[in-house]
Amino acid sequence: MEPLLKTSNLSKSFGGIKAVQDFNIYLHSGELVGLIGPNGAGKTTAFNLLTGVYTPTTGTITFDGKSLVGLKPYKITKLGIARTFQNIRLFDKLTVLDNVKIAYHYHIKYTLPEAILRIGRYGSEEELVEKKAIELLSIFNLTDKKEELASNLPYGQQRRLEIARALAVQPKLLLLDEPAAGMNPQETKELMDMIRWIRKTFALTILLIEHDMSLVMGICERIYVLEFGKMLAHGTPDEIKSNTEVIKAYLGEEV
Amino acid sequence: MIKRLRKQDAIFLLISFVVFAAFQFLISERILSSFWRLNIAVICLNIILASSLNLINGVTGQFSLGHAGFMAVGAYVSAVCTMFFHLPFICSILAGAAAAGVLGFCIGVPTLHLQGDYLAIATLGMGEIIRITILNIPQVGGASGMSGIPTETTFTWLFFCMIVTLFVLKNIINSNQGRACLSVRENDIAASAMGINTTEFKVFAFTVASIFAGLAGGLFSHYFGIAHPSSFTFMRSFDIMTMVVLGGLGSLSGSIIGAVILTFIAAAMQSYPEYRMIVYALLLIILMLYRPNGICGDKELVSVILGRFKKGGKHDGTVAENK
Amino acid sequence: MHGRSIRYGVLHIPIEIEGIRRGAIMLGDTLFLQFIQQLINGISLGSIYALIALGYTMVYGIMKLINFAHGDVYMVGAYVGFFAATAVRLPFFPSILLAMVVTGILGMAVERLAYKPLRHSPKIAILTTAIGVSLFLEYTTMLVLTPQPRTFPPLLPETIYTVGGLIVSFQQLVILVVSIILMILLTYVVNRTKMGKAMRAVSYDPDAAQLMGINVDKTISFTFFVGSSLAGAAGVLVGIYYNSIEPLMGIMPGMKAFIAAVLGGIGIIPGAMAGGLILGIVEALISGFISSTFRDAAAFAILIIILLIKPTGLLGKNEHEKV
Repeated sequence: MEPLLKTSNLSKSFGGIKAVQDFNIYLHSGELVGLIGPNGAGKTTAFNLLTGVYTPTTGTITFDGKSLVGLKPYKITKLGIARTFQNIRLFDKLTVLDNVKIAYHYHIKYTLPEAILRIGRYGSEEELVEKKAIELLSIFNLTDKKEELASNLPYGQQRRLEIARALAVQPKLLLLDEPAAGMNPQETKELMDMIRWIRKTFALTILLIEHDMSLVMGICERIYVLEFGKMLAHGTPDEIKSNTEVIKAYLGEEV
Repeated sequence: MIKRLRKQDAIFLLISFVVFAAFQFLISERILSSFWRLNIAVICLNIILASSLNLINGVTGQFSLGHAGFMAVGAYVSAVCTMFFHLPFICSILAGAAAAGVLGFCIGVPTLHLQGDYLAIATLGMGEIIRITILNIPQVGGASGMSGIPTETTFTWLFFCMIVTLFVLKNIINSNQGRACLSVRENDIAASAMGINTTEFKVFAFTVASIFAGLAGGLFSHYFGIAHPSSFTFMRSFDIMTMVVLGGLGSLSGSIIGAVILTFIAAAMQSYPEYRMIVYALLLIILMLYRPNGICGDKELVSVILGRFKKGGKHDGTVAENK
Repeated sequence: MHGRSIRYGVLHIPIEIEGIRRGAIMLGDTLFLQFIQQLINGISLGSIYALIALGYTMVYGIMKLINFAHGDVYMVGAYVGFFAATAVRLPFFPSILLAMVVTGILGMAVERLAYKPLRHSPKIAILTTAIGVSLFLEYTTMLVLTPQPRTFPPLLPETIYTVGGLIVSFQQLVILVVSIILMILLTYVVNRTKMGKAMRAVSYDPDAAQLMGINVDKTISFTFFVGSSLAGAAGVLVGIYYNSIEPLMGIMPGMKAFIAAVLGGIGIIPGAMAGGLILGIVEALISGFISSTFRDAAAFAILIIILLIKPTGLLGKNEHEKV
């Protein structure tokens, strides 16, 4: 069976610096895969390549049978890929509810005249979006905060909102960039349950970047390891845990 | 939900009508002196200009300093339609607005991928190019401007166009398209990641705003009977910008308030133009230093007031419609 | 002065001494000669633009701000030079030096009072403040010193040299020499002194520079001092050559100098010099060969073109936002 996402020979150079080289990954539909590596290994660069923020220097990216190379980020999102950001990028001065509503943007079909005169599909689609957004917020326990400005939320809730917003896009593939950053062990465990749950409920394929090993080893079915822009290892959590190269990369020469 | 929104629209239109009737009465019965009549007309124009600029600068977070250029296009194109083609007033005004909109689109497409400062200068430059071009067209009077334009703009027309502008802008802001513009302002990288073509919406806001600027221009030239390039310099663009900033970037009610206040300041200080500019200058500086959100911030006055009544004050009064 | 002169751009250009020709300068019948003449005129004009552009580019380089008020600092320099020459009766060098010091201090004061508090605010806030400062300087000068143009005393002799078929005035030579000296001094300061190194460090990365022990505030103040004093010098030179100064004289040259800075690559010092010269020469050529009415539009057209094709300017490099 063809993988949902496949990259081949993907690389990105900035001037003389090779941020990512020879990046070859694949994801089958429904998989939960991790991407790990020391800081500066090129993980977020890889995400940026997949989402069109950077144009690859070489290589191909195929998603759902289509090539993503050269497409602008918004087009890639429309094809079914959503992402969260390492440094949260919420719409700060908008409400939590509006943050989620915006993510339904391209699913809404009413035209400008319909919006101005508030006729036609405006009423029904606005109600539908509101309903769906509220439902999504309740899954993430953010209902009571829906009229709150996004910037006023505590950190943990902001991270949850990021994920909720990405889900509103109704993607096939979800890219999570360090979703557990700044979370304590209890919150991380809740996050792990939530990620498993949304994968099942929303029929998602998930690729995540993480530094928190308990999360990675706990939920990922396969793991790719990057170091200095190059693929160091690839395998199941057990295989990675016992891989000496990986251990060396994280902990230095002596173990 | 739609019933509630439609009810709000109806209330808005009803209140507008009442206000209109009141002012129309005061004007026809000559209770208001000509000084006041002039200023009310100018306020209507300024509200159209300020609220439309707010769509670009406040709602979409871009920085346009060329609004006067589109006003000029509307003023001249509509005057040409009336005087050279003898079109009826309403057609001329619409033609002016349309021409400004088309130009806005053409300018917007190549320039709106520029960031903040660059965009400011590019739009300033565009406004100037438009003005200088008009200055060099002898058929429309060149440096002497056009005169003898039929003065068909009445208070009714002004008020009507102002209400239409506000209605359209308010409904755009509270729509899918408006939310997209807001997301561009807040975080355009995240907006792209949500599937929004940010450039498309920047151009959209720019084009819509230019249409209304052109409308104001047409009304302007048919009110005063003249159109002169010196009415459309970047000083005019700065004036409009000051109104928007004073009222609050992103707030339509703020633009109304800003337009009213600054029109009165300008009228009061008519005899002392340098003092007026110094007041404007200090206003801009002090606002930015101490209250950059302006009078209303990005909240709508109505939402704040209603919110106070309904929820005991917790409501943040943003663009989201009241429950 | 022997013959009559016509004025374009910011400078007076002496016409051929025998006979008077209207419009553009015609020397002999050769196109080539006229081209060289315009080149000479353009280099003078360009040196002025370069001096002003340097201030823009240095400030932009160090804090990513388009200092809208910079053109007005140039105007203040002209007035200081004027009062130095008339009220205090200083000769050329002390006048220009005094102007440079006063404008340098003015630049530092503006930065401290109006820009520093907004260093971490959104770009729109500081751009708006800069516009406010600009208007403030213009209209306060107008208020205090009246809008009447003042005639500059002849601080430099108005001798003219004819070489081959070409005309060069002594004042043009002084402008060129003074500009070159100032630019050499600036290059020395930027590349060979500790403060210059600090300036370069802060423009690359203010946080890292601070961690290295560089006093960012002092460095920024110094940058404003130097940039503003160069503009002040330009103001005096223009006052002498143009003979007449008025409060709004900084608007157009200010904008054009900014365009020159963008053309060369905003934030890059050699870029400002190159951009200024190129713009001056292009303007002189257009004014001489095409028409002087489109002179201003030419500068704006160049701006739009460069923003669309290569916004980082001729000598600029690309930057990415971190995602």
